[in-house]
Amino acid sequence: MRSVVIAGGQGFYGDTPTAVDALLAEGIDYLCLEALAELTLAILQKDRQRDESRGYTRDLPAYLARALPYVADGRTKVITNAGGINPTAAAHAAIETARKMGVSGITIATVVGDDVLGRLSTLHTDQGQSLMHLDTGEPFDAFPGEPLFASAYLGARPIVDALAQGADIVITGRVADASLFLAPLVHEHGWAWDDWDRLSAGILVGHLLECSGQSIGGNYSGDWWALPHPWDLPYPIATVTADGTAVISKPKGSGGRVSTDTLRHQLLYEVHDPARYLSPDVVADFTSAHFEDLPEDRVRITDVRGTPATDTYKMLLSAHAGWAGEARVAFSWPDAYEKAKATAAILRKRVEIAGLEVDEWLVEYWGVDALGGPTVPPTTHEPPECILRVSWRCADQRTAGLVGRELVPLTLSAPPAGMGGAGRGAGSATELLSIWPTLVDKSVVDPEVRVVLEEVK
Amino acid sequence: MARIALRELCGYRAGDKGDIANVALFADDDETYALIVREVTAARVKEHFGAMVRGRVDRYEAANVRALNFVMQGALGGGGPRSLRADSLGKTLGGALVRLEIAVPDDAMAGRRRARPDVSWADEILAT
Repeated sequence: MRSVVIAGGQGFYGDTPTAVDALLAEGIDYLCLEALAELTLAILQKDRQRDESRGYTRDLPAYLARALPYVADGRTKVITNAGGINPTAAAHAAIETARKMGVSGITIATVVGDDVLGRLSTLHTDQGQSLMHLDTGEPFDAFPGEPLFASAYLGARPIVDALAQGADIVITGRVADASLFLAPLVHEHGWAWDDWDRLSAGILVGHLLECSGQSIGGNYSGDWWALPHPWDLPYPIATVTADGTAVISKPKGSGGRVSTDTLRHQLLYEVHDPARYLSPDVVADFTSAHFEDLPEDRVRITDVRGTPATDTYKMLLSAHAGWAGEARVAFSWPDAYEKAKATAAILRKRVEIAGLEVDEWLVEYWGVDALGGPTVPPTTHEPPECILRVSWRCADQRTAGLVGRELVPLTLSAPPAGMGGAGRGAGSATELLSIWPTLVDKSVVDPEVRVVLEEVK
Repeated sequence: MARIALRELCGYRAGDKGDIANVALFADDDETYALIVREVTAARVKEHFGAMVRGRVDRYEAANVRALNFVMQGALGGGGPRSLRADSLGKTLGGALVRLEIAVPDDAMAGRRRARPDVSWADEILAT
């Protein structure tokens, strides 16, 4: 049976492109680069605010530089949502990269239409979209301020359209992570859009591949220390046949591990109900999948079931939420925790006296319970050292910066032996963004979704 | 009966979506899975996290991979780009969950305790 080989070459904006070389050398039909998280869209929004030609993940050229020789040879195609909130600008960057490398005769497709910011109020007032908060149920009228971006999570269809039109590289905005991987399977195997079990198998495979090394040993809670050469963790590969059977593997001779155990860690990552994983293309039942360990770091996945997709896309909106500052001070034994706590209190008092308005404080004691909070059992053990981290939120950037300055004189005027550490409080304040997940009818988004093709000459 | 922290028995991974964190718990065999299905209820997890999780905790079962998935609302201080927490994405919440202690029959632990890390290879690298 004919099989299609797809690989996950990126798990987030900032991942390393070097592991892509081994994937390409292995011989893959499609390299899928998943560049977006909720936080990434917020970062890209800040980028676009500063410069309108930005708003895509700027490591795209570094990835393409590695892949382009294979694309030019017709060996591999690339699919990525690196377009972020500005896929057209990302496509320009891709074309520029190809030209610089002397690659021509390839077709780059851009998928647009996921960005509905410009017509958000029309969608709400005239097209019956409630846009209520998906998690809290708050009505759209309670949206906190002006929306900064509004991206619908599109599915695999526009990518399949682009591939059918001969695209060698497909660049999208907010296409759902797993759908990037489903698209080449639908295109190559000719799966129908109502073949729910196969679509579900493709989404499950996509979900396993979308976070690069995280399915084959990264962030692995098993015997993580026993994985071979962990400083060079590989990225995952899936070989998928037309019936939806998938074999997950990794480049020969690489580190990491492919096992049911490493894969199940990723299977439930960022998942709510695993029996109803909502993708734009299908509702996948991850609890139906059968995993079988094979020799040589391979796992076969069969029997994945799915049910019809919903009529809505998930959509992410965002609003400005104030400015944050942060500072850290390290204290040594003895009485490290008490010194840290007193210093936090002194800072708050100084800020109050200075008349600076702080809307929210957060105090963490690293080395005591900063990460575990109430799950850390009470102890009489005295920590050998403690790092105080204070974070605060203010309405404006200037105030957030001034709060951090109040910490500086404490170097000589606070409880003994505090050692100033790095932190954003010392420098500039950071803009906070609140995010507002919601749903939008596919019927009002799809008419605006387009594929734009450009041949690199 | 003995009281055993889940770290002795289970694997874990946490993820984020907005202000919702999910933590999956993985058992190594059917007996351990039956044990955590019985002992690690949504209510116990909610109590364990205390003020760290403001909203509801729901539990889902994935018996095909011997996993429980806990979905915790209001768990990330407003969600990644809004949160003041150092761990704004809740990456460490899996470790926080496996601190939870459950009652285990005395004879049930034989051969089931997870190994502790051996990082002698790291010592070798760091000594150079």
